[in-house]
Amino acid sequence: MTASTASLAARLESVISASHVTADPRVCEKYSIDNLLPSAVVHPASAEEVVEIVRFAISEKLALVPCGARSKLGIGMPPSRYHIALDMSGLRQIAHYDSGDLTLSVDAGMPLAELAEILARKNQFLPLAVPFLEEATVGGTIASGVESSLQCAYGSARDFLIGAEFVNGSGALTKSGGRVVKNVSGYDLHKLLIGSLGTLAAITRLNFRTFPSPPGYGHAVTTFSSFEAAINFQSLIVKSPLKPSSLEILDPAMAQRISSVKKSSAAPPFAAAAPSSAAWFVKDRWHVSVTFEGNDAVLRRYERDLTRWASESRAASSRFLDPAEDELLGWSLREVLQLLQFATPGATIFKLSLLPALDADTRRFRTIAEQCAIPSALLYRDSGALYFALLPETDEVGDLTQLARAARAIFDFASSKRGHASIITCPISLKRNVNVWGPPRSDSGLMGRVKQAFDPQNIFAPGRFVAGI
Amino acid sequence: MNKHLIRELSKLLDTSAVLHRPEDLLLYEYDGSVEKGRPDAVVFPSTTEDVSRIVQIAAKYNVPIVGRGAGTGLSGGALARSGGVMIAFARMNRILELDLEHQRAVVQPGVVNSDITHAVEHAGLHFAPDPSSQKSCTIGGNVAENAGGPHTLAYGVTTNHVTALQLVLPDGEVVRVGTKHGGLLGYDLTGLFVGSEGTLALVTEITVKLSKKPEAVKTLLAVFDAVDDASETVVDITARAITPAACEMVDGWTLCAIEDYVHAGFPRDSDAILLIELEGLTEAVTPQTAAVEDICRAHHAREVRVARDNHERDLLWKGRKNAFGALGRLAPANYVLDGVIPRSKLPQALRRIQEIGQRAGFQIGNIFHAGDGNLHPIVLYDPRDTTQFERAIQASTEIIRYCVEIGGALTGEHGVGMEKNELMPLLFSDADFDLMRRVHDAFNPQAALNPGKIFPLSKGCGEIRVKPASATSAGHPA
Repeated sequence: MTASTASLAARLESVISASHVTADPRVCEKYSIDNLLPSAVVHPASAEEVVEIVRFAISEKLALVPCGARSKLGIGMPPSRYHIALDMSGLRQIAHYDSGDLTLSVDAGMPLAELAEILARKNQFLPLAVPFLEEATVGGTIASGVESSLQCAYGSARDFLIGAEFVNGSGALTKSGGRVVKNVSGYDLHKLLIGSLGTLAAITRLNFRTFPSPPGYGHAVTTFSSFEAAINFQSLIVKSPLKPSSLEILDPAMAQRISSVKKSSAAPPFAAAAPSSAAWFVKDRWHVSVTFEGNDAVLRRYERDLTRWASESRAASSRFLDPAEDELLGWSLREVLQLLQFATPGATIFKLSLLPALDADTRRFRTIAEQCAIPSALLYRDSGALYFALLPETDEVGDLTQLARAARAIFDFASSKRGHASIITCPISLKRNVNVWGPPRSDSGLMGRVKQAFDPQNIFAPGRFVAGI
Repeated sequence: MNKHLIRELSKLLDTSAVLHRPEDLLLYEYDGSVEKGRPDAVVFPSTTEDVSRIVQIAAKYNVPIVGRGAGTGLSGGALARSGGVMIAFARMNRILELDLEHQRAVVQPGVVNSDITHAVEHAGLHFAPDPSSQKSCTIGGNVAENAGGPHTLAYGVTTNHVTALQLVLPDGEVVRVGTKHGGLLGYDLTGLFVGSEGTLALVTEITVKLSKKPEAVKTLLAVFDAVDDASETVVDITARAITPAACEMVDGWTLCAIEDYVHAGFPRDSDAILLIELEGLTEAVTPQTAAVEDICRAHHAREVRVARDNHERDLLWKGRKNAFGALGRLAPANYVLDGVIPRSKLPQALRRIQEIGQRAGFQIGNIFHAGDGNLHPIVLYDPRDTTQFERAIQASTEIIRYCVEIGGALTGEHGVGMEKNELMPLLFSDADFDLMRRVHDAFNPQAALNPGKIFPLSKGCGEIRVKPASATSAGHPA
């Protein structure tokens, strides 16, 4: 502990309770972002303490990074300055839950898993089927911008986040939105917090609309020997009146990796099983996973229609999963990012937002992977993003150059389709040569203005975000 | 208005596209609200480039700007509070692109809401947000106000169906936010601009999501002899995890007025009705219809009618959507509120509204989106009787305060505008206004766009631009 960090901790202790501050390097290590350590970690127990910490940081011109369970700190660029880790997990109460109104107001540090249990007791849920669900906090999940696998039926966070409270960069506890499902009073500032990576404010509380738990679930996996046939099947579903809760297309490599996962009780909860241990898996095939919800008659309808369309699209196989298979596959698809990182520490995963002309696009990805001679895997989520993973067997420097080249090709490709791409995870060393957010964007200036309004002194997570924010 | 400014505008657009004589401006003094405000000129651009140039010209003469669609808004959003140039988007009314495969349309702001649906219904698609004024209101206005409508209960409001925007900033810069696909990278700028009531930028192009038409639709009319029974039914439906596509309530008194005008088959002797619509797969809608019928009867509905065909269904909806117009037969003017409350508090809220109305000496009608707690109490009055009008405003303010007190909001879909801006402190603190003002100033630093809207005049920006209260204070007739 250096003299300056010791005195930082001491100065923080004069602002909030001493038991909520530490400068112990072993603790600070746990809060590292891309190998950068903070000088102190603070653990406020209330929104008022968060206000004091933020005001302190402003007055001392220090940089703060708010965090929850720290499961996704690797997203984004390394912070340009990082003095204080602001651990929000001490704020974990339900502020207000009106199950009759299907609205919820919850502190940002509430673990998602605990929240799910509370809502389940009232037969309700929040459609945040996100990676790292078992460890993450609700605030961290929203701030990180990770996707839910249920977007087909439920939309994304911007469709069910109805309000928020947060400490902004002027040190004020402010709010936006409210606790009701229809509200146009004032600007929708809470939407700006989604995916903001802690660069605008420290979120203290989030308000959501909740959803009734469906009476039953179903899960079908249909395989195809060609990508074109898989797309044919997908478009039959999309054009029909059916509204699945998820529709995901896996290339053969992705299907292989997912099928070879077994859930363990260790952390991380992945254990490789023997390959092809999943009954739904067929080697060298494109897999389409469809989940659906409803009463018995609805589930039978999905089964009939999916079976008919599988046959019409000349599927190689079609299977309706039993509850155990559904649980494992659902979990694996939800946790695909974690799963890939676990299996391949050097994984570089791109998240693309574009309206694909899917056949032409997957050929492009295959070409890019072949050109840099790195194994790849692809997952396309209908209504969501397309994930393209480069999974090098080693992470030698040679691979880094190839990865950087591939990154540039992917960013160019996304632009050409008038969409965008970002790198959601990659070796830290890649970030020296590649900006994970892609090339400069035409709306960078507008983002800068938003940042300036929320955080004029640039104390919140500087340098991690798009446009160098 | 400065004649040089008029001359420059007339040079830019043709003379038919520039109005500045007082008799031509009268029409643009009003919108659907009780507010008034006269612009100094109204211009009709045809392109984004036009809009950019107009904005730059106005800036040169230090004159404010207000955008206007069809002028059907209910909060004075499209009124010129302090004169200036009104940019009317009526001529920017083209559908620029239809991508049916990916369910997207790119449209100009002047396109009428229901025309988007008409353009795609042959493909089994529609644009889901359906404000009651949808046959005349424009998508640009919908975006500015984040408009709702009866079917937003299941499908969401305008912002949930917009993925990208092209905007003109007050210095004339043309910018784009969002993408056709709609995935987020960076801050949700689209989400910021939708619902910003024309105070941050002018919208010149909108990319919208199109939705599949549902397979099955069942429309039910449930008739009750007590308002409480109807509101308890709504609470119960919500609690039983049924999400109707729409759930509207109309009270008995209002219903009579509508029926006299529309002849939709509504009863004349009830205390309240619920108009409930269930949509989705046949396998879902059939049991839901039975369940909703049971719930209505459990709460003493004296009749539950299921529309037998599209004709009957359309008639019921015609009754609902033309309701405000129908009230015109009862009184020269009406004042519609837009408060939102938690659905679990619906019965007590309606009782309180009735009580407030009785004390103030008014009959307050209710037609509203019971399914999402968005109330529309309607106060009928004669604007020539100023004391009556003042009592109407007082009663309305009391109702809104009550909504906020029980955990609700000021406005569910009509916007704050110049009608409710002074009530914003009921919801927001000084610190909240500071932040909103900084966001405002980041895009509209001189308050050139739509000054005097959203913010209370004492806490906002552009106070110096807004004329004193006499002619244009909340609802007071000039």
